[in-house]
Amino acid sequence: MPTSPSDRRPYDLAVIGAGPAGLRGAVTAADQGLRCVLLDAGARPGGQYYRHPAPGLHAARPDRLHHHWSAFTELADRLAEHRAAGLIDYLPHHHVHLLERREPWRLHAATGADGAGRATLTADAVLLATGAYERQLPFPGWTLPGVVTAGGAQAMLKAGLVLPGRRVVVAGSGPLLLAAAASLSAAGAEVPAIVEAGNYLGYARRPEVLAANPGKLVEAVTHGAALARHLVRLRRSSAVIEAHGATDDPAVAGSVRVAAVTVARLDRDWRPVPGTERRIACDAVAIGHGLVPQLELATELGAEVREVPDGTLALRVDHRQRTTVPGLWAAGETCGVGGAELAAAEGELAALAIADRPPTAGALSARRRLRGFAELMAAAHRPGPGWPGWLRPETEVCRCEEVTAGQIEEAVGELGATDARSVKLLTRAGMGWCQGRMCGPAVACLSGAAEPVADRRPFSCPVRLGDLAALPED
Amino acid sequence: MRRTPARLAAAEPEPAHTIEFDGRPIPALPGQTIAAALWAQGIMAWRRTRGTGRPRGAFCGIGACFDCLATVDGRPNQRTCLLPAEPGTTVTTQEGNGHADLAV
Repeated sequence: MPTSPSDRRPYDLAVIGAGPAGLRGAVTAADQGLRCVLLDAGARPGGQYYRHPAPGLHAARPDRLHHHWSAFTELADRLAEHRAAGLIDYLPHHHVHLLERREPWRLHAATGADGAGRATLTADAVLLATGAYERQLPFPGWTLPGVVTAGGAQAMLKAGLVLPGRRVVVAGSGPLLLAAAASLSAAGAEVPAIVEAGNYLGYARRPEVLAANPGKLVEAVTHGAALARHLVRLRRSSAVIEAHGATDDPAVAGSVRVAAVTVARLDRDWRPVPGTERRIACDAVAIGHGLVPQLELATELGAEVREVPDGTLALRVDHRQRTTVPGLWAAGETCGVGGAELAAAEGELAALAIADRPPTAGALSARRRLRGFAELMAAAHRPGPGWPGWLRPETEVCRCEEVTAGQIEEAVGELGATDARSVKLLTRAGMGWCQGRMCGPAVACLSGAAEPVADRRPFSCPVRLGDLAALPED
Repeated sequence: MRRTPARLAAAEPEPAHTIEFDGRPIPALPGQTIAAALWAQGIMAWRRTRGTGRPRGAFCGIGACFDCLATVDGRPNQRTCLLPAEPGTTVTTQEGNGHADLAV
């Protein structure tokens, strides 16, 4: 448990998040002589993308769970050098829940694996590299045990070397499904189908963007080859419209787990086409509809956002990765989901800007090329307006507060709710432990809100009242 | 040779230790989270919801969804996907908010 240097002079730079963007940002800033603190909620550097087995598991080949593993090991080596030289303090298990805009910045974190500790640090500049979490669209049965997120299946495999089941249906939309299916298969799970709601033909509309990103095509071909080897079938323009449960452990009352899914074809608007339903037996489902940038530390401060073609919001940044809040930079998925390579390039550009150095040509061209691909990808996987067609009145939309589609429909149709916030006030949807991360996009859509609105979360994780009371009052 | 996650990553873990789940001993590998140790045994639910009493377990796997809450060493509402399984950790299925003892 590292102690937090709360009472020392301010750091030149605080980097929040130790994924590809934060790592590259911190080591680049330290290369320029800046004293940095790198805070991350996780136990080990790498973020979600480079999540890797705990040391006690003695994995000799973590690279087999990853693309571009060497890019991470190089960053990890540079981090170790800068830590040894005293230029970077790396603080794992530090979840920054509040960014206080002062001179210098004040960062408040929940510390420890259980978040029970607390720390406050100061820094002259802040680089936000908090990444993303997965977007979920509810369907009947999605709360059954054995239904997990695609990213969660990846995370548990990469870090804990475990699988959610023996026969896993991978479903939703976006390239993460291909990665998840490939790694689940390689790790021994049977994947009877990848059920993709979108249509990859969307990528073909911009051949020049694809041509500029041969690496992305290589990645797709690599996944494709792995999936073909394991006989995994990709069903396009289809969705899991229901998960069915069965008794899991007869000795335990009420014990249930997913046992099958119903898959249906979708029309262009993602409405299920009647008569196309097929049942697939499975003991786990890995679902996800792309990623949602995690922005609340910045949006709480009034940072401006932009809408990404997939319907999510990202921070608006200038050519030097500056947000609209003075002294706050952002890099990676917070600026729009685009993958690890783009995140690293933006982390470098942000660090150079913070250090008042000119940008490097390599990072500039990587950002231009990969941002183009990211916007194309986002457009191809934007949820169609007809997805609520697979909901039923009793389908839970908000998992934490157990609020059903019927209750939300009543709030909108009869009580006059017009957006996610008014639905929340009338139904409690989004008021639970996860702060609306799991149901937010779905609730916003069901509320009929015309425009996506930035999430406002005063704290980016639940904080005990005692911890708030203990904050300094000056 | 059957494919497994450990074979894929060429992992040779240190010997397993034991945690307790609802009174049963469960093996856990050093460094695994509680949720990972439970998944390895095919256990997918360790909480019952406040409203309808339905079973839940790990969903997002990264600490964002709070579905994987359980009572750990007597403390309710612990995120098992983040907490390491330490030798002797006791995990009990959490009923509702985990504060039934307060009788409120």
